[in-house]
Order: sequence, then C-alpha cells, then structure tokens
Amino acid sequence: MTQTADSNAHYKLTHLKALEAEAIHIMREVAAQFEKPALMFSGGKDSIVMVHLAKKAFRPAKFPFPLLHIDTGHNFPEALDFRDKLCEELGERLIVHKVQDLIDRGIATEDPGPYPSRNRAQIPTLLDAIEKYEFDALFGGARRDEEKARAKERIFSFRDDFGQWDPKNQRPELWNMYNGRHQMGENIRVFPISNWTEMDVWQYIMLENIEIPDLYFSHKRDVVERRGQLVPVGDSPFEAREGEAIINQTVRFRTVGDMSCTAATDSPAATLEDIVAEVAAARASERGARMDDKTNEAAMEDRKKEGYF
Amino acid sequence: MASESTHTAEDLSTSTNASQGMEFSTDAYLDMDLLRFLTCGSVDDGKSTLIGRLLYDSKSIFEDQLEAAESASLSRGDQRMDLALLTDGLRAEREQGITIDVAYRYFATPKRKFIIADCPGHVQYTRNMVTGASTANLALILIDARHGVIEQSRRHSFITSLLRIPHLVVCVNKMDLVDWSEEEYNKIREDFEEFAARFEITDITFIPMSALTGDNVVNRSENMEWYQGPSLLHHLENVHIAGDRDMIDPRFPVQWVIRPQGDEHHDYRGYGGQVASGVFQVGDDVIALPSGMESKIKSIDIGGETFQHASPPQSVSIQLETDIDVSRGDMICRPHNQPTSGQDIDAMVVWMAETPMVVGKKYTIRHTSNEARCVIKELRYRMDIDTLHRVEGAADLKLNEIGRVSFRTTKPLFFDPYRQCRATGSFIIVDEQTNNTVGAAMILGESS
Repeated sequence: MTQTADSNAHYKLTHLKALEAEAIHIMREVAAQFEKPALMFSGGKDSIVMVHLAKKAFRPAKFPFPLLHIDTGHNFPEALDFRDKLCEELGERLIVHKVQDLIDRGIATEDPGPYPSRNRAQIPTLLDAIEKYEFDALFGGARRDEEKARAKERIFSFRDDFGQWDPKNQRPELWNMYNGRHQMGENIRVFPISNWTEMDVWQYIMLENIEIPDLYFSHKRDVVERRGQLVPVGDSPFEAREGEAIINQTVRFRTVGDMSCTAATDSPAATLEDIVAEVAAARASERGARMDDKTNEAAMEDRKKEGYF
Repeated sequence: MASESTHTAEDLSTSTNASQGMEFSTDAYLDMDLLRFLTCGSVDDGKSTLIGRLLYDSKSIFEDQLEAAESASLSRGDQRMDLALLTDGLRAEREQGITIDVAYRYFATPKRKFIIADCPGHVQYTRNMVTGASTANLALILIDARHGVIEQSRRHSFITSLLRIPHLVVCVNKMDLVDWSEEEYNKIREDFEEFAARFEITDITFIPMSALTGDNVVNRSENMEWYQGPSLLHHLENVHIAGDRDMIDPRFPVQWVIRPQGDEHHDYRGYGGQVASGVFQVGDDVIALPSGMESKIKSIDIGGETFQHASPPQSVSIQLETDIDVSRGDMICRPHNQPTSGQDIDAMVVWMAETPMVVGKKYTIRHTSNEARCVIKELRYRMDIDTLHRVEGAADLKLNEIGRVSFRTTKPLFFDPYRQCRATGSFIIVDEQTNNTVGAAMILGESS
C-alpha cells in the first residue's frame, strides 16, 4: 500500500502524529539497545495499537521481537480469537505463557476470597517467562493517564532481577534520550504510549482504521449486577452467583482485561465515532471498570513494586 | 478560610461554568496540535489548585478519581478534599504530603492537547524540574501575589532559560488576597522583568489570577477590569509554537537500519530515525557522518506510507540512492550544512546523582542515537542557582548542582549548540558502574 499523505502540504504535525512519532522512536530505541525484547500482547485495544506502531517502526522488515501473551485462562474467547487471527496476518511469532501452568507447578497461587482474580498470579507468570526466554526488555501498552502511580513512571521503567519497581529510585529521563543500560538479570519495562490518553487511543484507532475485537462495540450479552457494576457471566467459573439475576443487555467493554475483573458498560455505541463521542462525555475513568484497582488507594503501586506491569 | 490547596469536589464544579463549550467535534480533534508545559511550585503556592482547576474544567478528572481523592482525604482526617491527592501518585507522597517526582497530566480542549509535567519546586528537586523542562514548550511559574518574586521564582526562571523553554508564563496568583490590586501586580511584574533581563527568555507573558476563585484561569476575570490580556487557558490554547522548531538545519540521527530478509523487499534498506531538526526532501543531496559519504534521498516512508518530505519530530525511514555505509549512531545531514564534529566539548551540566561528579573520572554519554565514553577534563565553574553567581574553583558537582564542564570524548560527536537545537545539543551522562543516568548536559560548543 503506497499513498502520499495530504499533510505533506504542511509541516504541521497533529498531536496524534506527534504521539505516534514518539512511540516509534521509543520502539526503535528498544530494538537497538536490547538483545531480547518482547511485546506484551493481550488482545486489548492498547496492545493492538502497539502492534500497529511496531509495523510503522519496522516494516517492511519483521519485528525484531516476538509477541508475548501472559494467558490468565480468564480471557474473553473473542479476545483470544482476535489474537490468533492478528498474529497469523502479521506473520510474527507469538509466545503464550499460561498462568495455569504456574499454578500447577505451585509457583503461582489462586487468589482466595469471594472475587477471585488472576491478576496477581500474572506476576510470577510474567517473571517466569522473562527468566525462561531471557527477555531484557518488555513493551507494555500502559498509559500514564490510567492511574496515578503510572503517572509517575518512566517510559523506560527499570526493574531489578525480581522484576520490582522502585518508585523513589527511578532514572532521570530527559529529552528523547532513553538509558537502557542494565546488568544481567535486570530488565526494563517500556511504555511507548505513556503519553497517550484513552481518547488519543480511540482517535488513533479511528484515524488509522485499526481493527479491534467486537467486544468494544455494543452487543447483547448476559450480565449480572454485582457491587454496582455490570459483570459478564459465562461458563464456570464466571457463572452467576446465588441470588444474582442474569440480564441480557446491550453493553460494550471500554477496557478488556480478564473476565473475572472487567465490567461492561451500558452503552449503545456501535461504531468508532459513537465510542469517541461516549469517551468525550464520560464522567468515570476507564480503570473504574477494573475491579482490581479498587482494593486500596495504592493497589497499582503495590502490584508494580512486585513486578506487575 | 482553609489553605488554598484544599477544595471539595463541589467547590470545583460550582465555581466555574467553563466546561461549557468544551465539546469536541471529531474533525477538530484530528486537527489539534500538542503543547507540553511545565508547572513548577511547592504545596503552598496554589499550583495543585491551578492544575486541579484546569483538569476539572476540561473534564479530565473523572468522578471516580475525585471520589477516590475525597475518600482518601477523609480517611486521613482532613476536613476538606486535598486536591494534591489527585496528582500525587506515590504512597510516600501522599503520606508525607509532598510531591517527590515529576507527574505527567493530560488534558485537551477543542484546540489543543496538553501534557503537563508537574514538578516539585524545592531546591532538592532541581533534577526533577530539569527532567520535566527538557521536553516542555512552555513553562508556567507561579508567584504568590502576597510575597512577590522570591528566590524560588528566580531559580525556576533560571532553569527555564537554561533548558531553553521557548515560552514562559508568569502566573501572579492569589490576586484575591491582595484586593485584585493592579499596583501590586505591576510591582511584581516590574521586579520580575528586571531580573529576567539577565536570562535568554524570548517570550514572557504575565497573567494576574486566582486559581482558587478561577479568575483568569479559564474565564476572564470580572474582578480585574484593568487587565486586558487573555486568561491562562486562552493563552495556552493560542500561544504560537510551530515556529519553535528549527526547520533550517537538517539533522537525522540514525537509530535502526531496516533490512527485510525476505525476497519481496530484497532491495529495501531504510534508515529509521526521528528528524532532529530541519526538513528532508526526496531528491536532497545528503552526507552521512562520520563516513563523509554522499548520496541522494531516494524515498521517505513510514509503515508503507510515503512522504515527499519529513520535518521534526517525525519518525520516518529514509532510503538513499546509493548503497553507502550507514549504521546506528551515524547522522544524515546536508553536505553544506553540517553539525560540528569534535571530541572536546563544553557543556552546562546538571548533576542528578547522590555521588558527585568527579573531575578526571570516565563516564559513558548518550548523544542522539550515539554512545561514547568520555572523561571529565575540567569543572570551569559552578553556578550558584540562587544568586546566579559563578563559583570558580569548585571541586566537584553535587546532586542538583549546575556547572560548566569540559569533556573529552573517545570518538567525535556530531553536535550543535543546545541553543540552536535541543536534540543534537544535549546529552546524558551515565555512570559505568551503576548504569544510572547521573547528569544532563547542554552543549555550549567546542572547548576553547
């Protein structure tokens, strides 16, 4: 596909193109500074945008890294289908590392309690993948607008050999210069879309016509109301609990994480234009639909210190 | 009245009607540009209140985030919501009620997207401010109208000038506490202009305001009829930034060579990088440094989309007509407009590590996409950043100290003075034992 952009007539760069240029620069730095990077891919919109940016950074060559999916076993089936289809189209290598395997080996444990999530069990699984494949850099699609601990995190986020983040001892990061030097066993998490907001991501998807899973668009789905949120129900262990009434409702997902911790939004938005309008009018944050962040005020910071993305 | 930095959610939502007129149209959004600005100050100068208001009035704070901050305030025993809780992201910051590190905040109006680098103001956080300043187009300095220009204002202005942030906005805040007095405002403005004359700051705008009441933040104040200028938001939306980029001196540091292995693109050899300055066009004669080999630009593309030209800060891939030796760390420029090539470099250095900079010690430096080793030859002077005096004969540079340093590098670097080009005029200093980034340098030129 070759086309000449109209924007050539002007030197003006829109904010989306400026953010894109920054992300491509970061990805190429990682390719150049590290031996074994990988791109974390979940099938969610942010990681899909990351793949799109990687195409811009490296095509017509192959990506100089594989995609890595930390599979909690709690995925939406639609997200998995989408992942496999995309990887086939890309012709890139996908590594799937399963939380269930780590639980079976006794290294990760299932969260106890009434709202089981495999969010925490992802941490040892991720660290195991890093060790097994000797990854020294991992791309993540996290953004600083998502959560306030993330607002303070560097684009190159240094982790020790336990994968831990030390928020008080971060490397200064100046201009567009990134310092990826590290010792054996240490690694860096890299966030090329740190400076994007939820709105930027949606606008970029629309601008670039990027395909995303149907989950993001309104559809009919069985949900229950639980702690004030619309929780999708499905096969075990996601069935409705005692006393909960299943409602078949028109919903969509504003964020796609695990089925166990992602709530649906009551929404008729069926097109990207609808979604953009909805995001513009939204009065609740995207992570408000993530039950895992609500545990306490510093939930994200604590998980990051342990090695979470 | 409670201290200025505390508000309830209700205060914010009722004290302004600015969120009207903030509706986006899709087309407008796709045509917005990006302004990165720095805010700098401490807890009591009203900075958090000001940022809180900008975020809230542009609908960038969500209800659940407000509620979370409110419940955190209550559980800490505060009587009113502390707006700083919205921006202070780390546990230690919330517990100690201080801002430790740069926080990045985002908001957008129909005209522009904004990235705020929200920096702590005290002297022990100079390195954090420098970090935030390195990418900013504009700096916002708050002055408490009751106290006028203080030492901290001077220090912040100096860093703004050192990092060459092109635009400065001086917010004379808390005007409500000086009876909206034009006289007080003029006095502060004159004081500031007097000392700022010593700095190279080309564009200074003064705005009298009250972040607490919202006067001149989003809407023009009705309490200060004597002020004819724009509100802060209006200024942020309209300040001309396109002219800040250097479009004259083409510099393209090569980051990564794109060479597909398959048959389909057998002949493709693209040089990936971000345009540091100037404009590159298809057909341009170019030279690659350090080899000195010349060629012509065959194509400019990104992800299959081709361009006739590229300008900063675009990331592109450039193909050349002829097969010459170019690799990471090299620089593509024009034969008749080349950067300085040299191994003896003088630069202003901000030291960022607990362990001081030692004259005679070897460090690694990263400059554009290049890496080299260097030795510190001389610390010519240290700046006292409060008095702005040069201290000759200083033994070392400690954390947060700034000085003029002479370097000798192991191989030639291709650089421009920082005042001409931020991207080719800056480098970072890395400690070879700890791998930490320990210093930031702004090149003055070749050592004399």
